[in-house]
Amino acid sequence: MLEAVWLVPILPLAAAAVNGAVGRRLPKRAVSWIACGSVLASLVVATGATLELSELPAEARHFASRALGTWLSLGSVVEGRGPVEIAWEFALDPLSAVMALVVCGVGFLIHVYSVGYMAHEEGYSRFFAYMNLFMAMMLTLALADNLLVMFVGWEGVGLCSYLLIGFFYDRPFDERTGMSCADAGRKAFIVNRVGDLAFVIGILYLLATFGTLRFREVAEAVAHAPTGSDGLLVAIGLLLFAGACGKSAQIPLHVWLPDAMAGPTPVSALIHAATMVTAGVYMVTRMSGLYVRAPEAMAVVAAVGAATALFAAVMGTCATDVKKVLAYSTVSQLGYMFAGAGVGAFVAAIFHLMTHAFFKALLFLGAGSVIHGLGGEQDIRSMGGLRRKLPVTYGTFLVATLAIAGVFPFAGFFSKDEILAGAWAAGRRGLYLALLAGAGLTAFYMTRLLYLVFHGGFRGSDAKWAHAHEAPPVMTVPLVVLAALSAVGGFVGLPAFLTLGRDLDTFHRWLAPAVASAGGAHEGHGAGGAHGGGLEWLLAGAALGVGLAGIALAVRVYRESGLAERIAERAGTLYRMARNLFWVDELYEAAIVRPFYALSRLSGACDRYVVDGLVNGTGVAADVTGNLVKLFQTGYVRNYALLFLLGVAAILVYLVNA
Amino acid sequence: MVEPRLVLLVSAVLFGLGVAGVLLRRGAITILMGIELMLNAANLAFIVFARQLGHAEAQVYVFFVMTLAAAEAAVGLAIVIALFRLRETTDVDDVHLLRW
Repeated sequence: MLEAVWLVPILPLAAAAVNGAVGRRLPKRAVSWIACGSVLASLVVATGATLELSELPAEARHFASRALGTWLSLGSVVEGRGPVEIAWEFALDPLSAVMALVVCGVGFLIHVYSVGYMAHEEGYSRFFAYMNLFMAMMLTLALADNLLVMFVGWEGVGLCSYLLIGFFYDRPFDERTGMSCADAGRKAFIVNRVGDLAFVIGILYLLATFGTLRFREVAEAVAHAPTGSDGLLVAIGLLLFAGACGKSAQIPLHVWLPDAMAGPTPVSALIHAATMVTAGVYMVTRMSGLYVRAPEAMAVVAAVGAATALFAAVMGTCATDVKKVLAYSTVSQLGYMFAGAGVGAFVAAIFHLMTHAFFKALLFLGAGSVIHGLGGEQDIRSMGGLRRKLPVTYGTFLVATLAIAGVFPFAGFFSKDEILAGAWAAGRRGLYLALLAGAGLTAFYMTRLLYLVFHGGFRGSDAKWAHAHEAPPVMTVPLVVLAALSAVGGFVGLPAFLTLGRDLDTFHRWLAPAVASAGGAHEGHGAGGAHGGGLEWLLAGAALGVGLAGIALAVRVYRESGLAERIAERAGTLYRMARNLFWVDELYEAAIVRPFYALSRLSGACDRYVVDGLVNGTGVAADVTGNLVKLFQTGYVRNYALLFLLGVAAILVYLVNA
Repeated sequence: MVEPRLVLLVSAVLFGLGVAGVLLRRGAITILMGIELMLNAANLAFIVFARQLGHAEAQVYVFFVMTLAAAEAAVGLAIVIALFRLRETTDVDDVHLLRW
């Protein structure tokens, strides 16, 4: 299977081509089988290859698949190094294996779910063609062996994200801003361009400095880079991180993700929760060798991550659209991952990436099930008490909520605790406190969401209540599978202190050879020896306590009707700020969009009046001259003869005088 | 022996008559006659100067001009006939189709 690893991205690509080309003429059943089957095949190949990889000794776990042809031959870029060849090459190593398995596994479940969710929608085959294309691009991103092929996947998923956000391109999306679904897609695409520009510059900078883009060679070259090149490494690290900020919706480029919820819910689950948005974290971890040499860049990563984790959580507490609550939650959780990566706990970041993929995909699919059951209702103020109507959805949603809130022994507890412990171990107390506060808020807004949707009395119309129904099995089975994963997924990374010092942390052991460790080896509490066991119990207890406190507070606030509104009124400014998303969109509108429009109008006017004026002026001048000169063309022979005579006389005078 | 100056004067008068005919008359045939007058005035001047300066080339030019005048008369009259057939007029002021 290891030899066939290049098939993993190719299979969904082929399915996308088939569904895209002839899908409209195929029956829906065939489209579904092609789409889900290709992803399942990729999952099987990826699993087989990973199993084979795990039989190799730890240091040898890097398999470069045969290249699918050369892409660019650049000649020698850096003096003293050979010519640069960039090939279409894929490689499986522990890190890419984790990413590929998460993408394939969660992706497959979401594809199956979509068969039910999209059953009554227009453009069924178009949807699955885009989804398959997305899978192909995401797997290209995950399995790429050099930064440029990764960038192809990176842009490819961005394209699919745009296509799928704007899938219902003819529907309005946001009444407040008058945005349509197509506008939301464009917004996502344009905001991503900002980060991607920095990313490209970072890639070129890297190529010009080290003469290679292969991850292993870059890591090696960075490790042996002379000490004077630290500034350069920081610059490259920051540029790459700017790209990650765009893709992973970190402050200040987070504005597109909430609006990305315009897409169908399975899209939100797959692209804007589980896989694509985590690409930034994955990329940073892939380049961990570079980041550990650039501590200033890592400090920025950690600070941006923690700030995002906290602010997005605050925004999440005030949103009223079920999907937007989850979107802010995603932004916030991505912030956790970056914070983890920024303090050197790369393994913890990937661990959280994986568990987050499970529970956040589950949350979105659960939300989709609710929206489906209520015939398109998304406002949590018109929901309530749905646990009696949608028992399976409720049960799985509850598991996911406990997981994201960090309640033991659900998956989120282990990964989030590891990031928190990593921040503590790195000596970043402020960062730790921000993340801890974020964890409490996370528990609060998720419980609020759960409570407002599934508990209390129904606040919508009676017709809606009568219509509300549980989803078909094709949708509930993926929910149950994901719930199981969210419940037990954390046990692959059991911290040593919980197992009385025995090393049962398979996840760390698996990833260790593929990820660089920071100078002080702050790998969460994987190493375990750096500090006493008591502290770890304390940190875990604090995380759990904050989570439980958040849950308790949310239950207390939302059980009593009207209490939440009174609190919002008392909070005044703070509530308005959070409700209006800290006016970041408005800030962009005023600082960038409007000046840009003004500039556009100016250059438009310049074009219309100056450039066009010159061109038209030439024409007008010729026209005027012609109109004047034509007056000589009277059509009377005698006039011509007279002028002729005068001309001859003039020449004669001239000749005689000369 | 006639005074050459007198002959030149005749030539100039003839040329002036030709110019006046071309510029003032509207009939196409009269205009052609005016052109003939101018050509022959030029011939006369040529002859005078040829004789005075003792050069034979000018006399050769005269033959050329006579040939040219014959050709011009033929083409001109053909145009006038074609014009008359088309328009039933030989008045050049009625023919200003190429005007703007």
